[in-house]
Amino acid sequence: MLRLGGAVILMKSDKIQYLVGDENFTREIIPTVPLEETICCFLEELSKRLREEEEARNYKDILTFAFWIRKANIERLKKVYYHTECRLGKGLIFHIAPSNVPINFAFSFVFGLLAGNGNIIRVSSKNFPQIEIVCRVINKVLKEDIYKKIREQNKIISYDSQEREITDYLSKLCDMRIIWGGDKTIEEVRRSPLSSRATEITFADRYSFGMIQGEKILEMSNMELKQLALDFYNDTYLMDQNACSSPHLIFWKGNKKKIEEAKEKLWEAIYQEAMKYELADIKVSDKYTKLCEYAVDLSIKKYRNYENILYIITLDKLPEDITKLRGKYGLFFEYEIEEEEELNGYINSKVQTCSYYGIEKDEIREWVIDKRLRGIDRIVPFGKALDIGIIWDGYDMIRSLSRIVC
Amino acid sequence: MKFEELLNIPPYQLEKQEKRKRLTTRLGELSELHYHNCVAYKKIVDILGFHGEKVKDYEELPFLPVRLFKELELKSVESEDIVKTMTSSGTTGQNVSKIYLDKITSSNQQKALVKIVSDFVGSSRLPMIIIDCPSVLKDRVKFSARGAGILGFSIFASDKIYALQDNMELNIEAIKLFLEKHKGKKILLFGFTFIIWKYFYQELLKYPEEIDFSQGILIHGGGWKKLINEAVSEEKFKSCLQETCGLYKIYDYYGMVEQTGCIYMECEYGHLHASIFSDIVIRNSRDFSPCKIGEKGMIQVLSVIPESYPGHSILTEDEGIVLGEDDCPCGRKGKYFKIFGRIKNAEVRGCSDTYEK
Repeated sequence: MLRLGGAVILMKSDKIQYLVGDENFTREIIPTVPLEETICCFLEELSKRLREEEEARNYKDILTFAFWIRKANIERLKKVYYHTECRLGKGLIFHIAPSNVPINFAFSFVFGLLAGNGNIIRVSSKNFPQIEIVCRVINKVLKEDIYKKIREQNKIISYDSQEREITDYLSKLCDMRIIWGGDKTIEEVRRSPLSSRATEITFADRYSFGMIQGEKILEMSNMELKQLALDFYNDTYLMDQNACSSPHLIFWKGNKKKIEEAKEKLWEAIYQEAMKYELADIKVSDKYTKLCEYAVDLSIKKYRNYENILYIITLDKLPEDITKLRGKYGLFFEYEIEEEEELNGYINSKVQTCSYYGIEKDEIREWVIDKRLRGIDRIVPFGKALDIGIIWDGYDMIRSLSRIVC
Repeated sequence: MKFEELLNIPPYQLEKQEKRKRLTTRLGELSELHYHNCVAYKKIVDILGFHGEKVKDYEELPFLPVRLFKELELKSVESEDIVKTMTSSGTTGQNVSKIYLDKITSSNQQKALVKIVSDFVGSSRLPMIIIDCPSVLKDRVKFSARGAGILGFSIFASDKIYALQDNMELNIEAIKLFLEKHKGKKILLFGFTFIIWKYFYQELLKYPEEIDFSQGILIHGGGWKKLINEAVSEEKFKSCLQETCGLYKIYDYYGMVEQTGCIYMECEYGHLHASIFSDIVIRNSRDFSPCKIGEKGMIQVLSVIPESYPGHSILTEDEGIVLGEDDCPCGRKGKYFKIFGRIKNAEVRGCSDTYEK
């Protein structure tokens, strides 16, 4: 029976699987200051243990996570956040992690911890080995007595999303809710009301693009080109081009003649890199169907392909809503511009990440600020599109998950 | 080249080179026809960089992905010329294919089907048992794949009954009467594989030794997907039917609503055959290059029939292999092949809309 009220609530439900923590829920969370010492020790320990864990070595995403929570990075965060303001965690955060990015739940958890909160994280009921491994190691670390409080105030659980009763209960209980996983998920979870003071952060479907200065590609050495192609591959193919921050559309900036040459050079290098991509038949069918649909719907100047590995659609003109230009499994759009200003009307609020090469980050940022654009929250070099950080989707996670005392 | 020219040739008698020549001419002409009459087809072919006049072999012709018929309304005739719209069965929630037929295409489908099936059951009409319920045919303008199949095969019937009632219950009495009436005659049975198994065979088990179909010829299609889930193999399907009611002449066929008419019939040796009205090309998914005999890949189907919609060259989502050409022990010419079913659903990565069950 799920009930509210009282200091300890038993959430006995055979529909919930507890990966970290048990069914004793403390309602009265005692928050900490952001980047509190015990929390930092815990993360340092977790980072070490994860890197020692035999099985974790097979998963690049686990290693990336372990690396992100290493001592040096946390120390760096301390410098940014310490002593600037007096802050305390909001209390209890209820996280709904996405089911297609296995490691995301761990980052969400750490954001909650670092900001000073207790956390309940609902992970996907899909059996990702990454989730199992990370939770196992978390449990090992939490056995130590100094982490008793963390143990009591944090849970990682899994339940079927159809179990509305559980979502209702946890939504009422928490001080803040974080929903990852796109528009449909958000709509569904929002049917469960929050308590009156609670707030929410949602990570909706977003759209991302890239921008490249043509001439700069021509100046690259083979080694540099190969690295850029690999970075591009990691930003796109690695996630089937399905991540919110994976670029779909490439804007080529600069002299038209040089752009033509630059395109050939870069796409060829990307094709070479993408030869290792696991191209299942169903993906080919999907991709080819998409291509044909776009052929009918869009104004296309030119189309090129490198086998079924890489499809490139060169646009004659941009459609009103560029966020409809979505590739899959290595299907990209490209469009030539002389100046960023030409795009002012196209950058709507759905646009998240601008990956760049050969252009100064400040130049792009100034454009966004000066022209008061509705979109673009992140400006990162190629290769960093998928890097998750404490600033995400325009939110400072530490500040968003804590309250200021002044 | 007119479709009628092919009607004068027996459906499994052209040797490789001859068939290739005729199919290249006819399919090239169909490509031209659709290029000038279907804007969507033209746009696709244009961006694929295809030039009709250079085609030396039909293997070079572009193909549309089968799912496009679910996403778009593809037709090469004016709306007022459409006499029938056929739809794929499609499970709930999914889009269905919409295939638009004019008089000519619809009639040519029927003519091709007659030629193909006659090669297996003979050219005279037979008493026929349709293993389905009559309500499938209710809507005469919009046809489901099931309805289209039944209607197409009904042309072989001198007398016919439906084996199932509208509630899908077996009408055992009607079947007994029908068999009594046509005692000693060859009987044609037709239906969809899964329906035969679930509503016919499994019900017949309740009447052991009462029904004798040893004079029957069963033609069935629709795929094995549902039966594989129930662990029923082709062999089991055949042996069970033989044991229960003596039915031993059983022919599977491969076909799809997007290319109705030119079905691929299974011969006595268990091989699916391409007739002179159609062909298959197995494609390597990496670059769509044609596979060699014995190499597994995605199946492209070509049909000389579609004039009212651009469906003469389609890339399916099935996988298969060509076993040989012109040399099947059954004596029929043309390619013969094997189907492995649908290409598998891949686990897709990404971060949107993931609140899965």
